[in-house]
Amino acid sequence: MNAIISTENLTKYYGKSRGIIDLNLDVKEGEIFGFIGPNGAGKSTTMRVLLGLVSPTSGSAEVFGKQVGRQQKEILSRIGYLPSEAMFYSGMRVAEVLKLSAKLYGKNCEQRRKDLCERFALDEKRKISELSLGNRKKVAIVSAFQHDPELLILDEPTSGLDPLMQKEFFDLVEECHKKGRSVLLSSHVLSEVQQHCGRAAILREGRLIACSSVEQLAGKQCRKVEIKTRDKIGGLEGIRRMETTGQRVSFLYEGDMSKLLKVLNQIDVQDLIISEPELEEVFLHYYEKGGVQA
Amino acid sequence: MTVFGHEMKRGRLALIIWTIGIASMIIVCMVLYPEMKKQMDGVSEMFSNMGGFTAAFGMDQVNFGEVMGFYAVECGNILGLGGAFYAALLGITALSKEEKDHTAEFLLTHPISRLQITMEKWGACVMQLLLMNGIIAAVSVASFAAIGEEMQGKTFWLLHLAFLVMQLEVMSVCFGISAFLKGSAMGTGIGIATILYFLNIIRNISDKAEGLKYVTPFAYADASDIVAEAAVDEKLLMIGILYGIVGILVAILYYRKKDISV
Repeated sequence: MNAIISTENLTKYYGKSRGIIDLNLDVKEGEIFGFIGPNGAGKSTTMRVLLGLVSPTSGSAEVFGKQVGRQQKEILSRIGYLPSEAMFYSGMRVAEVLKLSAKLYGKNCEQRRKDLCERFALDEKRKISELSLGNRKKVAIVSAFQHDPELLILDEPTSGLDPLMQKEFFDLVEECHKKGRSVLLSSHVLSEVQQHCGRAAILREGRLIACSSVEQLAGKQCRKVEIKTRDKIGGLEGIRRMETTGQRVSFLYEGDMSKLLKVLNQIDVQDLIISEPELEEVFLHYYEKGGVQA
Repeated sequence: MTVFGHEMKRGRLALIIWTIGIASMIIVCMVLYPEMKKQMDGVSEMFSNMGGFTAAFGMDQVNFGEVMGFYAVECGNILGLGGAFYAALLGITALSKEEKDHTAEFLLTHPISRLQITMEKWGACVMQLLLMNGIIAAVSVASFAAIGEEMQGKTFWLLHLAFLVMQLEVMSVCFGISAFLKGSAMGTGIGIATILYFLNIIRNISDKAEGLKYVTPFAYADASDIVAEAAVDEKLLMIGILYGIVGILVAILYYRKKDISV
């Protein structure tokens, strides 16, 4: 598949403060690509460079094979962007803002706009200034999706939405995905990424520290082991994130299962849970160990 | 022309308020004129003998007892200062308000070039100034007729043309500054207009400050000069237009590559 977004050593400094450093990224056509990292890791900065809101300090980026910054208008006409904190012209009504957006894209999205507003229970007649954070987010969602763009750039899309709307939103994203649209989605809610994204990249302090399929990131071979025991566990390789609280010991194990069982056999086990780790747990590991590759 | 239309719509209320405000003050002054004229013989003498104060407002050059002289001083202050304030506010907020209200992200992620946004916004500012000046000129013509005084056509239109160019210059210079600003810019705008106004007053009072005429557009739009000479200083007018063009160019060049903050 073709790369829909590709960046080469993309670097952005805001004065002296870091945005992103040497980012090399490929998002392929038709995939939902996740962007993980804590606040200030550079997720939004990357998106803002792709959208042409800020220009890169060095390096380059291409979207649809077009140079970011040079052919920005062509790029933007095929993108739908959902900002993390959506702000609109306060004096206007919801319908006016959405119509303005459609007009700027030069498209008639009347029907789709109405459908989306109904779907997200958004009253088009209300004034922007009267809207709550969640409702403003809904306006942003309709504005990003109504012109049915080829690429969706979604920056922390579910913040401010209630669980019902979050579900509705991801249903919408999945529908677009099925139609072959590409999605770049940033989040620090890892379950979202785990559930919906095929591949993901982890950013830390402006650098890309891991990028692969979500399964791989979570560690296909890795298991979370929780034991209730009075004894000490020793002589086992491939253990990390060992935590002991009272009699409960938990750790992530990556290696031969029979070796694990042998070790467990030698001690007194009162209770045992072996499960697939949450992306969250693996993710924290990236932070602690300074970005060891999975 | 979507952005142009959008800007015109957003600026509608301010345009209406400023136009009504300035026009009604001109009407009030003009309506008072016939009454003042009767008592003017002595007053006119007094007004032209107040030294620095007289010079500051150009009352040494025009006859306050004649309608055009009166109009020049009144109109020069009301439309001159009011128009400059309005023009400064239009220009200084044009680009900066998008970042102040955090709407820049919305606007600039649509497929429209920064150049086009800049030009359409500037165009909307020009159009609003044209509308305001057009309506005010029409109201003034009507008020001359209403009080039965004869209007000197050429002087009148020169006066209003000079005011329009002055406002366009102030707006365009502020527009250029607007490209650099992120926060609330109203104070800066009002400040610039006020400083330019007082620079002209200083120029009127002191001979040593004559050079200020190359700085402030109030110099070529000085109503009493225009009425006294029935002409506008073309050289100063050209310099003013040049400043305005520089303002727009600076806006275009800087805004083209500006990093938009969240």
